Amino acid sequence: MPNKVHISATINGEETEFLCEPRQSLLEVLRETIGLMGAKEGCNNGNCGACNVILDGVLVNSCLVLAVEIQGRSVTTIEGIATAEGLHPLQQKFIEHAALQCGYCTPGFIVASKALLDQNPDPSEQEVRAWLAGNLCRCTGYDRIIKAVLDAADG
Amino acid sequence: MQSFDYIALKSVDEVVSLLASQNGNAKILAGGTDLIVQLREGRRKAGLVIDVKHIPELTQIKHDENGLCIGAAAACHDICADPIVQRKYPGLVDGIHLIGGVQIQSRASVGGNLCNASPAADSIPALIVHEAVCNIAGTNGMRTLPVEEFCIAPGQNALKAGEFLVSIHVPTPKEEFGAGYLRFIPRNEMDIAVVGAGVSIVLDDDKKHFVSARIALGAVAPTPLFASSAGDFLAGQDLTRTNIKEAARMAQAIARPITDLRGTAEHRKHLCAVLVERALDKAIERAGGQHAQ
Repeated sequence: MPNKVHISATINGEETEFLCEPRQSLLEVLRETIGLMGAKEGCNNGNCGACNVILDGVLVNSCLVLAVEIQGRSVTTIEGIATAEGLHPLQQKFIEHAALQCGYCTPGFIVASKALLDQNPDPSEQEVRAWLAGNLCRCTGYDRIIKAVLDAADG
Repeated sequence: MQSFDYIALKSVDEVVSLLASQNGNAKILAGGTDLIVQLREGRRKAGLVIDVKHIPELTQIKHDENGLCIGAAAACHDICADPIVQRKYPGLVDGIHLIGGVQIQSRASVGGNLCNASPAADSIPALIVHEAVCNIAGTNGMRTLPVEEFCIAPGQNALKAGEFLVSIHVPTPKEEFGAGYLRFIPRNEMDIAVVGAGVSIVLDDDKKHFVSARIALGAVAPTPLFASSAGDFLAGQDLTRTNIKEAARMAQAIARPITDLRGTAEHRKHLCAVLVERALDKAIERAGGQHAQ
């Protein structure tokens, strides 16, 4: 059994240290070691986007990142999206548009949408649909999600 | 997931030395979008994973008088976002930007797509028609290998024990060059090619004749196929619909697809000719040629 590795990283703006095995994914460590349960395990192979986090400003599937790879880097999870003042506009618009049913995919969609709006504050509907093509939702049929993101961009 | 050790190395020489001591026990980690899934599912084994993303040659996207050098671990997104790549290598962008969604593009590398050696890999036909060459490091130094010789079987590449892919060199396209890659999938995005077709052409000054052409197919054989005779046929020919159709037919003739969950052999065979013809039209348009009648 390989030894555990000591990792220091910034998670949602906080300096964080943890021990992990090299085989552990970032998703596994976020959920089981750090206790951030927002990122979800859907497919665990990069298809569904439920585990999306932002790594140094870039959207990734945390199931396809080894936790040891984040040494010295910065991670934003769904828990880091809202501020002390309240929900992020995306979160508010997802509620207003009822852009979810079971909610399992929602953290991934919101994190992915935030990554989009951070680099393209006024996307077209086509750009939103293309950007979110790597996130799967089996409940909503996507329309409400797309409307919520477009509305958040307008707001 | 199986247990393994992890090390991030800083130079090509360090990787070569470490690989030489590992007897095939080590795997190279670039974006991890294939490797991590394969290790998790037990489809590949490793006692040691060597992260090469901290090695400058592995992540750079460099242009010089000879062309483009893509580090084997450079992310698809970074390649497609490069303005010179967009302008001079649109055929490559066609293939590379199709590899997964945003979350995959941000991590997956063209070097990894090549090393994974899937018959349906979208970047490989595009690389072949751009005459791309692999730069491979090993204990005996560097060697080169044309991309069309790199894949030897599904999931198997031509790297020998102790070797790894450092970069991919793509020569500067000639004047009047055009290229394109098209794939058929049953939906709009996020799928694996049923058939993929890459083509490149060079037209003469009057843009009425082909000087040369290259055609490559994906997902219709155990490895991506270089249809060299179909491309050679076009060299010196008039830019006509008849000649384009004949090249497409010749490419189709060497395809040897199987029937699987993504499509039947018959359907794939049909698609070869359709996609090659359309990709040729796209390449001709990009080269500034008239749509062939």
